[in-house]
Order: sequence, then C-alpha cells, then structure tokens
Amino acid sequence: MLKTLRQPFQLFPIIFFPLILLAVNASGLRAATRLPGFPTHSYISFSIAVAFIQGGMFSLINTGTNLAEDIESGFFNRLALTPLRRVSLIAGLLVGVAALGVLQSGVYMLLGVVAGAHLHAGVGGALVIFVLGALTALAFGALGCAAALRTGSGEAVQGMFPLFFVFIFLSSSNLPRNLLRTGWFHTIATWNPISYLIEGFRGLYIYGWDTTTLWRGFAVAIGLTLVGLLAVMATMRSRLQRT
Amino acid sequence: MSAAAPTGGGLWRVAGTIAWRSLHTYVRRADLFVPSLVFPLIFLASFAGGLSALGSVPGFHFPAGYTAFQFVFVLCQSAMFSGLFTGFSLAFDFESGFARRLMLAAEDRRGIALGYALVALTRAAITFAVVTPVALVAGMRITGDGVDIVGLYGLAALLVLLGYGWAAGVAFRFRSIQAGPLMQTPVFLILFLAPVYVPLGLLKGWIHAVASVNPATAFLDAGRGLISGAHNHTALAFVCAIALILLFSVWLLRGLRAAEGAG
Repeated sequence: MLKTLRQPFQLFPIIFFPLILLAVNASGLRAATRLPGFPTHSYISFSIAVAFIQGGMFSLINTGTNLAEDIESGFFNRLALTPLRRVSLIAGLLVGVAALGVLQSGVYMLLGVVAGAHLHAGVGGALVIFVLGALTALAFGALGCAAALRTGSGEAVQGMFPLFFVFIFLSSSNLPRNLLRTGWFHTIATWNPISYLIEGFRGLYIYGWDTTTLWRGFAVAIGLTLVGLLAVMATMRSRLQRT
Repeated sequence: MSAAAPTGGGLWRVAGTIAWRSLHTYVRRADLFVPSLVFPLIFLASFAGGLSALGSVPGFHFPAGYTAFQFVFVLCQSAMFSGLFTGFSLAFDFESGFARRLMLAAEDRRGIALGYALVALTRAAITFAVVTPVALVAGMRITGDGVDIVGLYGLAALLVLLGYGWAAGVAFRFRSIQAGPLMQTPVFLILFLAPVYVPLGLLKGWIHAVASVNPATAFLDAGRGLISGAHNHTALAFVCAIALILLFSVWLLRGLRAAEGAG
C-alpha cells in the first residue's frame, strides 16, 4: 500500500480513472433513467457501483505488476530465501491491497456524494461498502498475484487487464438486468458473477437494505477471494519449486 | 545526418517495404492481431446488445435502429485505434532499435511515416472486414444507399489517418512505448466525450456542452447520417477530418525531424 501511495502515477488509475469513466458514463447514459422500469431517477446513484469494481480491477493490475516486477528483478527470490514463512510473502501484499480497497471506497463514496449520488442505506450502508470494497479489492488483488506468480511477467499481467474488463462490459453495469432486452446479452449478464457484485454495491445505493442483492454481492466477493487465494497458493508452490 | 537524395520512387519503395514488414509482423503475432479484432467486437456486443433498450428512450429517433447507431461509434473508434496502435508499433520499433537502423537505411525518411500510415489503413480494413459482417448478422439495418456507405468507410479511413497522425507524432518525439498513455488517453477522452450512447439532443448538462464543440460529435453524427441515409453534419465532418489530418501531418513530419535530430 505504501509503495502505491508513494507513487502518485499508480494512484491515478486505481482512484481517478474509474471516476473519470463514471463521470462520462453517468452523463452520457442519464437518459436511461427515462426508461420505464428503471429503478431510480439518479443515474449516478445507479452507476457508481461500477467504480468500485473498476477500482478493484485496477488494483489487480497494480498488485500483479508490482509483484511481477519483484519476480523479474529477483527481489522475490531473495525474499523467499529469508526465514519468512511462504504465506507471509503474499499475505502482506494482500493486506495492503485490502487497505487500499478501503481507501478507494472512501474516495468513491465521498466524490459520489459531491456528484449527487444518494446512499439509500445511510451510514450503516457506508460501513458495509467499506467491507465489500476491501473484499472486492482483495479478491482481484489475489487474482493479480496469481497471474504474476504464474507468468512472472509484468507485461503478461497488463495484458490480462482487457480480459477482466470484458466481464464488466458483459454485465448489468450500464442497465439493470430487467432492461437488457437483447436475449443473449441478458443470459450472459445473468451468468456473469460481476453482475451480482455490482448489484451488491448498487442495492445499498438505490434500494437501501435489500438483503437479496447484498448476500449475492458478498457471496461473489467471498467466492472470488477464495478462488484467488487458492490460485495464489497453487502458483506460489510451482514458482518457488522452479526457483 | 541527412538522407540520400529523396526521390518519389524512394519514398514509395521505403513505404512499401515498411508496410510489408509491419503487416507481416501484425498478422503473425496473435497478441497484436487478436485483440485488435476482439475489442471492437466486445464494444459492439456491449453497447449494441447491452444498451439496446436506449433505443426506446423518449426522443430517440434513429431510422436504422440502435445496432446501427452503435456500429458507427465502434467503426469510428476502431478506425482511430488502428491508427493509435500503429503509433505504438512505431514507438516499439524505436525502442528496439529497429527504427533507428531504418532511419539510417531509408532513401527518403518520409517513406517511414508513409509506410506506417499504410499499415494503419490495412489494419483498419481488416478490422472493418470482421466487425461489419458481425454487426449485420447481429441485425444491423442499413437504410443509407451505396454512396452513403462508401462515404461512411471513407470517413472511417480519414479517422484512421487522424489517429495515426497524432500517435506517430508522439512516437517520433518520445521514441518509447512508455509514451503509449499520451497517445491513447486524449483520443479515448475525445471519443467518449461525444454522443456515444444517445444523440446529442438527449445529452444534458456539462457533457452536452463538451459534446457540442467536440469534433468527434461531427464524425459520429455524419457516420450515423450516412448509415441511415438521413445526412447530418456530413460536410462538416469531412472538412474537420481533412483539416485535422493536415494539422497532424505537420505534427508528424516535425516529429520525424525531431527523431532525425536525435540521431
């Protein structure tokens, strides 16, 4: 986390790029609130949820690239020779990612309020967003670490970014699922776990305490975290064997 | 360091050689070739498929339907990005030392700039050849006539040169792939600060003010007018595109001189 905070150019993509995309999309798609069945009159309240996910995905790239650089430079190998437990090599990094997720969530919520987003669930909802934001960043961060450990190349980790972005594009990021009228797109968005993660954040903004969207959001965040951690453990084992 | 006596033949010989070599690399490298085709398709799927309900927003009238409305955006975007990614290739060639050796060997160094321009146009043509049939299969309706469609692809070709002119100017000056964000970010912002999802009339607030003076709005309006046969800002878009290409040609050639000066 300190490494990221000390390098402002690394903060730009994870904090401000999602906000720029939010500003552009929220303005460009405001007309969507006039569609019958759209759940709110405020598109910014609807779309702010996507910023949390995009922030998580940018964390994936940052974390993965930083780790890959450490592998490329040999620093990770030297670290592995120290008496540190193997799990500590990555755990510290992931705790930093989760802390950065809390920071990101705070910035998005604050600037969301300035831009006119209304958090229907109130202060309690904000606390839940901090937890869900940290968990989301942790999940994506773990996937980034697994990619770095697997490939050992910053370029390869960067190359994965568009792949993850596709999951946002093919989800309910821009319109609610009931308004996705193209059949195949609706099917993909329904099967895409990112839709439920987005809806977890979104529910707190536009419905308040909607338990269905909330538990689904947490289930996806926890599930992705577990998958990410398992992938980290598997790739770490093979990385350290190779070295 | 000056080039040997430039001749018209030398210019085209250099351009042709560079174009052949770069296209050969482009087609053989899956990491370059596949994303350039897949990303426009994802944008098309995401915008035309995922946002089709916007076609029913009160005040949205587009005779050719929402898929065609978004297809024009994807066409313009992939045109400009074909130019941009060719700028990336040029920057990468400088970083690897290939472009410096090329500068020493070229009879007429303007041929280098022209060669990469041909690469950009060919890359765009390949992308268009994939995206257009997919859009038609997805149900895109074209209500413009044949001349309109020639105009649409002509406009797209101008946008390729526009994106390339900007990116190559940056690449010649910085000669490093690290200048990639500088090439990409302004183009990305200009494209997305235009009426991407709905027509200009349905945009409200600051985005309407920005989109009203953004040249990308004229390109999108003209493209959508051509595909639907209901012309809108067509002459303005062509004049804007040609004027910007001339401007970026000066930017590019001055960049080439800067690269020559750097040795």
